[in-house]
Amino acid sequence: MRKLLLLTTVILVGLVFIARLFYLQVYNSDAYDIFEDTAIRKEYNYPKRGYVYDRNGKLLVANQPSYDVMVIPREVSPLDSIELEEFCSLLKITKEDYENKLSKAKNYSYRLPSPFVPQLSKKDYAVLQEKMRKFEGFYIQKRSLRSYQTNIGANVLGDLGEVNRRIIKRQPYYKLGDLIGKQGIELSYEDVLRGVKGIKFIQKDRHNKNIGPYKDGIFDTLPKPGKDITITIDSELQAYGELLMKHKRGGIVAIDPQTGEILAMVTGPSYNPNLLVGRERNKNFSRLFRDTINMPTFDRGLQAQYPPGSPFKVINALIGLQEEVVDVDDKFTCRMGYYYGSRRLTGCHHHRSPVDMNAGIAQSCNAYFVNVYRRIVDKYDDAGKGMNIWADHAKSFGLGNYLNNDLSVGRKGRIPDGNYYDGQYGDNRWGSTYIVSNAIGQGEVEATPIQLANMAAAIGNRGYYYTPHIIKNIEGDSIPKKFKTPNYTTIDKRHFEPVVQGMFDVFNKGTAQSLRVPGIEICGKTGTAENFVKIDSIKTQLTDHSIFVAFAPKDNPKIAIAVFVENGYWGSRFAGRMASLMIEKYIKGHITRTDLEDWILTHSLENEYKKPYSGEPFKINGETTLQVIDKNAVEVINGNQNFKD
Amino acid sequence: MLRENHRGFKFDWITIVLFLLLVVFGYLNILSASHVGEITSYFDASQLYGKHLIFVGLTFVLIVLILSVEAKFYERFASVIYIIAMIALVGLFIFGKDVNGARSWYGIGSMTLQPSEFAKFATALAVAKFISDLETNMKTVKDQLKVTAIIVIPALLILLQNDAGSTIVYLAFFFVFYREGLQQVYLIIALSLIVLAVLGLKFGVLITAIIATLVLISVYFFKRKNKGSIFQYIIALIICIGFSYGVKLFYEHGLKPHQQNRISLWLRLEKDPVKLERMKKAEAYNLIQSEQAISSGGVSGKGFLQGTRTTGKFVPEQHTDYIFSTVGEEWGFLGTSLVVLTFVLLIIRILYLAEAQKSQFSRVYGYGVASILFVHFTINIGMVMGLIPTVGIPLPFFSYGGSGLWGFTILLFIFVKLDSNKINEW
Repeated sequence: MRKLLLLTTVILVGLVFIARLFYLQVYNSDAYDIFEDTAIRKEYNYPKRGYVYDRNGKLLVANQPSYDVMVIPREVSPLDSIELEEFCSLLKITKEDYENKLSKAKNYSYRLPSPFVPQLSKKDYAVLQEKMRKFEGFYIQKRSLRSYQTNIGANVLGDLGEVNRRIIKRQPYYKLGDLIGKQGIELSYEDVLRGVKGIKFIQKDRHNKNIGPYKDGIFDTLPKPGKDITITIDSELQAYGELLMKHKRGGIVAIDPQTGEILAMVTGPSYNPNLLVGRERNKNFSRLFRDTINMPTFDRGLQAQYPPGSPFKVINALIGLQEEVVDVDDKFTCRMGYYYGSRRLTGCHHHRSPVDMNAGIAQSCNAYFVNVYRRIVDKYDDAGKGMNIWADHAKSFGLGNYLNNDLSVGRKGRIPDGNYYDGQYGDNRWGSTYIVSNAIGQGEVEATPIQLANMAAAIGNRGYYYTPHIIKNIEGDSIPKKFKTPNYTTIDKRHFEPVVQGMFDVFNKGTAQSLRVPGIEICGKTGTAENFVKIDSIKTQLTDHSIFVAFAPKDNPKIAIAVFVENGYWGSRFAGRMASLMIEKYIKGHITRTDLEDWILTHSLENEYKKPYSGEPFKINGETTLQVIDKNAVEVINGNQNFKD
Repeated sequence: MLRENHRGFKFDWITIVLFLLLVVFGYLNILSASHVGEITSYFDASQLYGKHLIFVGLTFVLIVLILSVEAKFYERFASVIYIIAMIALVGLFIFGKDVNGARSWYGIGSMTLQPSEFAKFATALAVAKFISDLETNMKTVKDQLKVTAIIVIPALLILLQNDAGSTIVYLAFFFVFYREGLQQVYLIIALSLIVLAVLGLKFGVLITAIIATLVLISVYFFKRKNKGSIFQYIIALIICIGFSYGVKLFYEHGLKPHQQNRISLWLRLEKDPVKLERMKKAEAYNLIQSEQAISSGGVSGKGFLQGTRTTGKFVPEQHTDYIFSTVGEEWGFLGTSLVVLTFVLLIIRILYLAEAQKSQFSRVYGYGVASILFVHFTINIGMVMGLIPTVGIPLPFFSYGGSGLWGFTILLFIFVKLDSNKINEW
């Protein structure tokens, strides 16, 4: 027994040590990751971020140097009152700010640098640089920021922001403090624009001093600069669209039908992209994102799903022809609406009757399209089957699903099919009369302005479209193939001509006669969509949305456009005017109808938007008067709108 | 006998191989922990690793000397060697040199010598000599007191020189005494006192008293014969409470603040987060750094000379007391378990050989060697991994330092010599 005490103790201690080592080195130890190793300093060398040009080669986004004043609290020597005053005045801060910022930095770390005053202006930097030596513990770090060469296109260009921990976890390339595209093309072309940062691994000691490159620098890399890109946007047209959209809410999307290139992508209200750069970024960012009434960061051209209204009627005309349930010359009677038995399913406005397809489109007759739509749905015994066929046709125009393009945001819209109504009403417990609103682009149908512009492009091309996209050229690279292959609709080419003629007659003798542009053959379709909101949980109707969809010229179109103006009342009132101005601007390069332009610039819908929030009863549509604003209040500088803070 | 003696090599080769393994591996880790920048020459005596290589070289000279001396010499001159070592320790008070607050070194030119490292084998010899004396009986209190005095003298001298860590090593001789006949009751008392001290500090005197009462009551009821009088139990309880209270008083008033904090960190006594944070930056700094270095090595380590924390000198005293953290970082779990295994095997081998000795002197000395190595090994590695409170003592054969390396080499090789001579005994 006496022999065994030490022996067993030795073995016991050995086992305990092995167990503890197993816990420390195997169980509790992650695979070695140099980025987690606090003994190795990682110094990043950031590449130049790619520039952005518009389709005409105009520089839109470049870079600018920015200077951050950094502080290492441990190395700060106390300043006497004269020095403190000088330092504060150089940095344009108060003495209280100085104390606050310093204690904030101390809270973070005594040894590590933290930003003291970020993003100095060039002028401040020049003055400060000379005197920096006097203030121990402070130094200036140079960074690169975006520099917008324009005040327009905030929704197109997007912005950069610091990565958060969630992004870092998903994409380990990014480290705390790195910038990443947050919206727009900065987001969708992040990988191209960003380049690849270079890295140096440096061995440091416990006093945080560098003692040499890690493993003689074999893992170090050089930065790869980001690529420049050219986008499809015509910045002049974009600027003009933004000007027209002032004092209104809505979206404009213009596409080149022959390529699918997006010429302009306007949302209103918008903001100056420069607001999201530099020292004021955080303040402006939260102000813009917290504005839940105007929602300036919500891209109404891409994200707003509206009932498309009458422009959708042309799709029903095309499906009717393709399914051979209607002929171009078939006429339908309209008695100020469509009657099922003695019940009026939908109203209409005053026009001559009966109407054939051409007049049905030109006059936007509701009754005509309810007839066509019912024939499509009721073609088979099973309304579900008819609805499915109808939905497949409609979806072939890029409606009811994501466009699968290169924009950072988008919505599916909605094209209901048989299953949808089986879910709503029960299997086979519904018929075509339940769902006639779809005939006139109301009811369950919803689309975004970009989908409607694409639809117009498909009609203008007589049966195909290129996926709308924003990339035109990447430096030293090609653009994705999917943007160069046409997508065909399910409608035969021969059926388009009569429908296109109908859309042309909308300008000749229909609802848009007042919007003709001399010398340009425009085909279009007006739309007016009823809409409702809940105010104190009571469903309340607001003034109708004004919608216009068009392409021009009639043959070999160069531009297809959709304009949506919230609560603008009837289609040609706001949206139609704006669409025709945009088309003229793009095709002619200048505006001949300055009175029309003046009308748009001097009429505001802002009072209309205040109504639901006023808490008082209000009138809508025809019972309201339009708000007129002083034209001089609208600044026009080279077609750019100037953002006033 | 399992030993292969037929080739005429009479020294135990297993012990020597294990010893060489530790010395060579130790040198490699010192090289890693002490080099700054490029290694231009391994013999650069201005660098710690260069110096240590010289120490290692001299060690072999020392081994040859030890092994060539007649085995009987060590037994005969044990008392003289002990007295010389004690004089050397006393001499420190007059001629000694202060390093880091401890007066443990003689300065000879640029060299320093630490007599406490040599006092260990001297004490082991003296203890062996005393116990193996035919007139000594370890069961008598008189002889127990005498042998205790042999170890208390060096322990006290070293404590007075402010080297508390090296003092603790002398507790190792308890294993020797127990092997040589110390009564079982001492073992029970020793274990009880350790438990009482830890319980008292961690949970307070009141809870300790309750636990002690319950234990004593159950002992009283379960013991069939020799129950003894109830007063004995009451006195035992009073002693228990008194001891645990005394430990608490000593902890609060007798210890220096840094010692107090080390124990507080080990038992996790501090609840105030601000104070805890301050302690982590001061007393626990070494431990945290060393645990991180060990942990970062993973299974197979970062490779020889590739440890980033070792290269960056993140662990203070890494080449001396914290050398094991270098093994952990650069050689991983494979390296550290190899070191632990080597030590365990070496100690077991010595114990095995000691039990096989014919002379009691050799056996007691062998036990002394095993116990001293074991205590160093347990305290050093336990401390580096945070299992026991921080106590600054070196890892035998591994840590940087001439005195330490030589002290342990002499300690071990006297035994190797004694062992080789066992054939000639009788």
